[in-house]
Amino acid sequence: MLRLEKRPTPSRFWLYATPVVAVVLTMIVGGILFALMGKNPFEVIRTIFWDPVFGEFAFYLRGQLLVKAGPLILIAIGLALGFRAGIWNIGAEGQYIMGAVVGASVGLAVFPTDNRLIFPVMVLAGAFGGWAWAMIPAILKTRFNTNEILVSLMLVYVAQTILAKAATGFLKNPEGMGFPGSRNFSSYPAAANPELIAGSGLHWGGVTALVTAVLAYILLSRHIAGYQIKLAGQAPRAARFHGVSPTRLVMLCMGLSGALAGLAGLFEVTGPAGQISIDFNTGYGFTAIIVAFLGRLNPLGIVLAGFLMALTYVGGEMASTNLGLPAAAIQVFQGMLLFFLLAVDVLTNYRFRLGAGAASAGAK
Amino acid sequence: MNRRTLLATAALGLSLAFGGGAQAAGMDKVKACFVYVGPIGDGGWTFQHHQGALAVKEKFGDKVEIQYQESVPEGADAERVLTQMALGGCNIIFTTSFGYMDATNAVAAKFPDVKFEHATGFKREHPNVSTYNARFYEGRAVQGTIAGMMTKSNKIGYIGSFPIPEVMNGINSYYLAAKKVNPNVELSVVWAFTWFDPAKEADAAKALIDQGVDVIAAHTDSTAPLAEAAKAGGAVIGFGQASDMEAYKPSPRVSSIIDNWAPYYVERVGALLDGTYEQSDIWAGIAGGEVLIGEITDAVPAEVKAAAEKVRDDIAAGTFHPFTGPIKKQDGSEWLAEGATAPDGDLLGMDFFVEGIKGDIPK
Amino acid sequence: MDFGGINPVILIAGLMATAVPILLAALGETVVERSGVLNLGVEGMMVIGALGGFVTAVHTGSPALGFLGGAVAGALLSLIFAALTQVFLANQVATGLALTLFGLGVSSLGGQGYNGIKPPHTPGLLPEALAGIPVAGPILFGHDWVVYFSIAMTALVWWVLKATRIGLIIRAVGESHDSAHALGYKVNRIRLLCILFGGAMAGIGGAYVSLARVPQWVDGITAGAGWIALAIVVFASWRPWRVLAGAYFFGGIGALQLNVQVSGGIPLGILGLIALVCGAILAVGLLRRSTPERPQMHPAAVAVLAVPPLVWVVGLAMGVTQIKVPVEYLSMAPFVLTIVVLVIMSSGRGKAATGAPASLGQNFHASR
Repeated sequence: MLRLEKRPTPSRFWLYATPVVAVVLTMIVGGILFALMGKNPFEVIRTIFWDPVFGEFAFYLRGQLLVKAGPLILIAIGLALGFRAGIWNIGAEGQYIMGAVVGASVGLAVFPTDNRLIFPVMVLAGAFGGWAWAMIPAILKTRFNTNEILVSLMLVYVAQTILAKAATGFLKNPEGMGFPGSRNFSSYPAAANPELIAGSGLHWGGVTALVTAVLAYILLSRHIAGYQIKLAGQAPRAARFHGVSPTRLVMLCMGLSGALAGLAGLFEVTGPAGQISIDFNTGYGFTAIIVAFLGRLNPLGIVLAGFLMALTYVGGEMASTNLGLPAAAIQVFQGMLLFFLLAVDVLTNYRFRLGAGAASAGAK
Repeated sequence: MNRRTLLATAALGLSLAFGGGAQAAGMDKVKACFVYVGPIGDGGWTFQHHQGALAVKEKFGDKVEIQYQESVPEGADAERVLTQMALGGCNIIFTTSFGYMDATNAVAAKFPDVKFEHATGFKREHPNVSTYNARFYEGRAVQGTIAGMMTKSNKIGYIGSFPIPEVMNGINSYYLAAKKVNPNVELSVVWAFTWFDPAKEADAAKALIDQGVDVIAAHTDSTAPLAEAAKAGGAVIGFGQASDMEAYKPSPRVSSIIDNWAPYYVERVGALLDGTYEQSDIWAGIAGGEVLIGEITDAVPAEVKAAAEKVRDDIAAGTFHPFTGPIKKQDGSEWLAEGATAPDGDLLGMDFFVEGIKGDIPK
Repeated sequence: MDFGGINPVILIAGLMATAVPILLAALGETVVERSGVLNLGVEGMMVIGALGGFVTAVHTGSPALGFLGGAVAGALLSLIFAALTQVFLANQVATGLALTLFGLGVSSLGGQGYNGIKPPHTPGLLPEALAGIPVAGPILFGHDWVVYFSIAMTALVWWVLKATRIGLIIRAVGESHDSAHALGYKVNRIRLLCILFGGAMAGIGGAYVSLARVPQWVDGITAGAGWIALAIVVFASWRPWRVLAGAYFFGGIGALQLNVQVSGGIPLGILGLIALVCGAILAVGLLRRSTPERPQMHPAAVAVLAVPPLVWVVGLAMGVTQIKVPVEYLSMAPFVLTIVVLVIMSSGRGKAATGAPASLGQNFHASR
């Protein structure tokens, strides 16, 4: 019988090899699924994984990968800091919405003024919106010991209602003939977040995401706050003895993740999305939780995980449109990829051994 | 703006290579593409658009190729999907949700030789963008007639999704028609704040029924309100919305509004094939066949059925407009003078209740 | 009994049915989490249960078999989660979210061809005459069997967790898997069984949506109910009766806000009742905070309890019959009020008292 045995130290080889193994396994099992659905499995796999990066239209799609990965990375990095400290903010979706709504409100309030300070102020407002929304669970947790999972999750629904109110009410485009939705920022250059290099898909959100990843890496590996975050997650009691204030830590982690989610929302609404609409949010806040863990809560891992997720979205869409696959089949495929990625990760810290004897010895 | 123009030049060459020069002369083969906001299994809005797409395929066979993408979020994702489709050689792209409006126009600018057809919007910023919509409110007038005559409690209900013009049209038209045949009728509006949440839609229907409402119209996507009405054992009736919802015949579903996009899709793709395609802004209703009134069942007395069918036929013949003055707004201010009919602009941007409807519009 | 068009009896009877999917799923998740496993895939298990139940019921013609089918479908999906987290020691949070994604996709694929069909009717359990009894009838006797099943399951889960050896083992595993292992319990096997139970319960909850609440199949029919179930578990501090209270509270406010929209405003009587309930909860919370050293909380509690009747009397005196609240705030109300109540209940208690299992979300491997 196979038994798991913990490695003395995590395997460096498997650390890098597991994602590859997982992707290969997904291709095999996914290929079987697609074959069963009557599609050519090789064509589907190629469309999902190869075409967006190297295919005929890669000049456009590569940039789109960045557009899609940017908000995921930005949100996931903030979440990862909290997750490391054992703080469960699962309401990033709400903070993302509020960042967009607050930031857009500031920009639209001064429409059509042209001033180069408008966009930076909007960015701050967006970060503030997300931060303030995250402060609600943070303060309730530190003041009243209220569980942050519930509060942050419930506030997503509240934020969605506020979004609907914004789109049909206070941010509605006065020239929109009564239709819901705000003005489009692409027609308001002073407040817009355009592509910085044409065709690259890179806008300020992508830049911020990549810079944040580096900063977060430095924070975690070099800075005292990063040390405290890691300590609080691994050994909460020890952290307290080391003078780590749980209150400050909650405020810091929730605040940071909220602000980053808010930033992501602001960059999205002023750039790729263009406007506040009823269905502005598309689940980045929840997907980012997966991205955070796929990246093993490590900022650089998150960057890779973000791009991988983006690839499955963009490539999956291609497969769906061009090969007539139902969108649900792509969803299943994504789910399988995640399962395999999460499952083979075990090889990094454990090895499989034959025989039952080792386990009982290990238990002692 | 520079990103748009620069990318446009990059993409221009490609799109020319695909669709260029095939204009007035007609085409041998058309690739028609559809962007859907929900899954084709939603049984409502997207399902009906997909039926239209299938009708195109059936009509033209090998001369058309159909592509579609389900569950495309509005915003950045829509723009990417549209660009992919245009790059991939689609000749005509139908974008089937209001939220795709800006994305449709932005992508249309980059692909002047691809035709874009946007449902329910009003922006045609480029010569290759057409818009189309259906006058669903005409169907609501038929339903309102049935509701006004059938209600025993004089309380009728309407489940709204979001306070957007299309929904406001529906509510007002429904109420005016009911009021015309039954001056004592009262309308209760419940806002679900969602297009699709079957359990919540059922709860909304239940709330209406619990307070004495016995005719329910819904402007959300699922059959849940009808299922809830069915539990009342015949005392409550309702209508199919978007699709016929024939599973609930003969009661509680006594009639329905069916979104029928097939004639329009067939006509537009056909025009592209034979070279007669032109930019247009179509807002057809019962007359154009886009809004079908599903069978009025025998659960409705004959005179009610006759009255409802007369409303339907008069609208189709153009002799009756559901919004014919005198009509005042809810706050008592004048809207339409005696005999005047509502201009399309007012309907497209409608953001008020007519006089007599109680309750507030969320703003 | 009637408050400005809103009949509390009908409302209560209604919310008991409305709350069933959330209640069942949350009960299952309670057991899962008490064993130390955090499965965020409830939504996925519910939607697959909704499809499994629907398909089984349509093909067999039996709603009862349908619910069984829902349970099996939910449990099968949760088996993936169990394998990943208990055998491959994968991260529970990410696996649960992936499970939701996977479940939504599979259900959408499997549900093709089932649109627009009506499933067999799930009848009431008791004779209709009983349901006709005023007040008690609709609330106590007017439901289908799943409603009673959900209440019975609440009692069962409560009893098992509290008073049986199985419950003791589950709790031991959830509080400290290392100690439980040292005592000779097979931690991962126990957790696997709990996960399967959670999957089955979520599946039945989902099946209730597609067979009784809405009776139809459409993609994504559960529309986020699984997330609410997760929140209710936390709200309930992982205690079964509080899960019931939480599900009824959430379902009740949701139904009430729609009723208030119909009636045009919150009738004063209903407002007074809500204020009274909230005041009572607040008062209990305050009393708990007061210690012999800090007796000043007692007057505060009395003061809080005195407010609602005062509001009521003043309102009546001023001739106010209902209070208008904008629709969008009503729409937020279930979420906001849930937070408010949780804040009141959790304030002033020590960390241990919140009831979160100590090993929640941590994987166990024997060699540690």
